[in-house]
Formats: sequence, structure tokens, C-alpha cells
Amino acid sequence: MSVAGDAASLLRRDAQADRIVPRSGQSARLTVFTSAAMAFLAVFALALSLASGRLADRWSSALAQSSTIRLSAPAAEIEAQTAAILGLLQQTPGVESARTITDAEQRTLLEPWFGPDLPVEDLPVPRLIEITEAPDGYDSTGLRQRLAAEAPGAVLDDHTRWREPLVEAAGRLRLLGWVSLVLIAGATGALITLAAQAALSANARVIGVLRLVGARDAYIARAFVRRFTIRALSGAAGGTALGMAGVALLPGSDASASFLTGLGFSGVAWLLPLMIPPLAGLVAFAATRVAAYRTLRGLQ
Amino acid sequence: MQKAAYGYGAEPLLSGLTLELAPGSFHFLTGPSGAGKTTFLKLCYAELLPTVGHVGILGEDTGTISRDAVADLRARIGVVHQDCQFLDHLPTEDNIALPLTVTGRDTSRAAGDLSELVEWVGLSSRAKALPPELSGGERQRAALARAIITDPDLILADEPTGNVDWEMSVRLLQLLVELNRMGKTVLVATHDLGLIRAAKSQVQARVLRIRDGQIATAGADL
Repeated sequence: MSVAGDAASLLRRDAQADRIVPRSGQSARLTVFTSAAMAFLAVFALALSLASGRLADRWSSALAQSSTIRLSAPAAEIEAQTAAILGLLQQTPGVESARTITDAEQRTLLEPWFGPDLPVEDLPVPRLIEITEAPDGYDSTGLRQRLAAEAPGAVLDDHTRWREPLVEAAGRLRLLGWVSLVLIAGATGALITLAAQAALSANARVIGVLRLVGARDAYIARAFVRRFTIRALSGAAGGTALGMAGVALLPGSDASASFLTGLGFSGVAWLLPLMIPPLAGLVAFAATRVAAYRTLRGLQ
Repeated sequence: MQKAAYGYGAEPLLSGLTLELAPGSFHFLTGPSGAGKTTFLKLCYAELLPTVGHVGILGEDTGTISRDAVADLRARIGVVHQDCQFLDHLPTEDNIALPLTVTGRDTSRAAGDLSELVEWVGLSSRAKALPPELSGGERQRAALARAIITDPDLILADEPTGNVDWEMSVRLLQLLVELNRMGKTVLVATHDLGLIRAAKSQVQARVLRIRDGQIATAGADL
């Protein structure tokens, strides 16, 4: 009744043993279909999880490396305060560069809300200064204090307010993806257990005969475990192939693309879905083995 | 078997069973329907365990051995079941070879023996047929062939002539007698007293009778 012995029997094709358990069409189809469907869903859950992980990293790193100073001041003072701020930033450790956002850039930023012909220069729009941080970052508290002294109308926005909920949302999405994978594995195990139990019940007489002619529990269990594991493996392989094809056919992502178009695998991550069929086989192996030995213990 | 008892409910069906089968002996077990003949045989191959007492078969106490040991013990006993107990999806020859298959013995090496055995029981032309396609007599002969394919020391037969005509009954009896002459211990449960009488001229058989849950050697009235 060793796990290793049962696992090793999967690799040894025993035509005689395979024939002893009659093929039951319904449980075979159910196992193959369940494994295929679950593997297909698992590919998408994995893609979602990886994509949200990439998104969280991207948002985190992109927003973490930049910040903005928003300056609201009377028209007569705005140029002087802008110059003061730029001078201050040049002397601030951790600030790699700083530049004023031009009117044209501000027009582009506001265009989605106000349309293309917005006269930015006639509106009381605050002046924006973009800061690019050095990898080690700067002391935002110290910079705020110096800004308050040099340019009272300046407000430093280091994007923490925006970044944290975005990164948290992406993190939650990634967690949901992994939870989905665990649920899919559990559901696969439960459905294969039900199919195996149905097959074992349908073959109660066969099992009884095998016991009567001297078959050990391990022999009988292996006949069922091997069959269900191979069915789950083949179903999951088909489902994974379909899922990967589906992901590959999704529109490609680029810098301006939304999250949904970035759903997919990149580089070596394409190898990760190939883990799904062996994992489905492992789940089927464990589920069928438990069901088989439980049924056999009920027989003398 | 020592002071063994068994019952399906509160009342014991069999009780106080004390019996020893000498190696190489031939026994008939008789009694009316429902007397407990099949239950007695099931105690012998450990499909049932005694509620009281001990059953020892081929040196093993069936009440204390592991499940694997029970399987190994059954592989050493040839049993002809009343309803034959075949796997209906396998050809007859595969059913006959089943005790070899399930115990991991190489059936290809035993193919010659299997072929001889199938011929010995007169089923050469029916070897590829499925069990539901066999007649009652053919099924019983196939069951006998399966029972002896592992060359067991003990053969238990439960109503082996129950579903066959007299001619076939006599033929099956001859096969069992031949096996006994080869040194096998044979126990045949039957309610067919004619068969027992017919056997007397061929083999020195001890006749056991189950009555009121007790087992006793039958008298000369049989």
C-alpha cells in the first residue's frame, strides 16, 4: 500500500491489469472533460495572476520613481517661484532631474476632460513640475519643509496616495488568481473523487471477484488509480493546450494598452502552464488512491 | 476449525464447528438449503470471519492475519463458487488465468499450462467466448479450471453441479476426483445426494452434514 509503489505502477504499462477493470464510458468522459475544463480555467487563472503581478510591479516602479510639484501662485510670482523650486530641486540629494510641464503637455493631459481646444494659458491651472528620482529616492519631508519656505504655493505629490491603492489592487488581483488556482485544484480533486467513487461502486462486483481470486488491495487500487490518473493527465493536457492557445490569441499588449490586453505570459512564463497537466495527474492520483483504499477497506 | 461460530444476525447460523481436513482427503459437505454450507465455505476462504472460535487454513488463522495475507491465502486455495464469479467483460481463458494475473505471475510463461488446462476441462473451442455466452456446464468447468490454475493444495467447491445436467455433474465429479488423486484436498458442498452416492465408487470420501447449525459426519444412510 505504498505511495511510491502505486506511483511507480503508473509508469509500468500492464496490459493484463488494465483490462481487468472494465472501461466505464461515463466516468471516463467525466474525468477527461473535468480535467480539460479545469486545466483550461487554470491557464487563465495563472495568466491573470502573472499579469496582475507584472502590473503591480510596473505601477509600483513607475510611480515610485517620479513625483510632481503643483504650484498655485499669483501670475506675477509664478515664474519666480518656479525658478526657485527648480533651483531648490537641483540642490536636493536624490533628485535626478526636474522639469516644468509645458502648456502643450498640460493641454494633452486635460484633453480627455475638456476637449482639444482648451486655452490652458487663460485658465488658473496650476504649474506642474515633474521630478525624476534617483534610485535611492529623496527625503520628501525635508523637501516639503524647504518648499514651504521658498515657494508657499507649492504642493509636493510623491504619488504615494495613488500608488498604494493601485499596487494593493493589483496585489489583491494576483492573490485572487492564486486562490482561483487552489480552488480549481480542489474542485478537480473533488470531481475526480466522485467519478472514481462512481466507478468503484459500479465495479463493486469486479472488485469482489478480484479479492476472491487472491488480488491484494494494492493491485486493485493501482488498476483504478492508473486509469484515472492517465485520464486526468490526458484531459488536462488537452485543456492546457487549448487554454495556452486562447491566451496566445489574445490581443498583444504595448505601453498604452490596458490591463486586459496585457493578460498573458511572457518569456519563460510560457513554461508555467506546462506544470498544470502533471499537477492535475497528481491530484487525480491522490484523489483516486484515497477513494480506492477507502472502498477496499469496506470489503473483506 | 475450532469451536467456530457464525451468524448473520443475533442468532448463530453455525456454531461449535470443530473440524480438521487431512491433507489429500476428499470431503462432501451436505445439508438442506439454507443450512449454512456456503457460509461454512466462506469461513474457509476468509470471506467471512468467525464470530467465535478460530478457523485455520493452510497454517494461517483467518481471524488474525492481515488483508494482504488473506489475499495471499486465497491465492493458495482454489474455490469454485456457486455462481462462478466471472468477470463478464473478459474472455473465458482470461477469467481462468485471473488468479495468475492478479498475483503478478507471468501468464505468457504459463500459456502452455493454461492451454492444457482449458483442454483438460473440455473448453478449448470456447476459450475466447465471454462468460455470458457459456452454458451452465461450461461455466462450471471454467470455474473449476480457474480454481486449480495456481495448483492449490486445497479445493473448495460450492454446489459445482447446481446448474448442470446429470451427465455434466458426473463429468465434473470425475475432474474433482482426478484432482484428489493428484494429492489435492477437496471439499465439495452439495445438496445432491445422488452425486455423493455416485462418488462412493470412485473415491473414499468423508461426508459431513450440517444440521441445526452443527456439523457432523454423516452415517451410512447416504
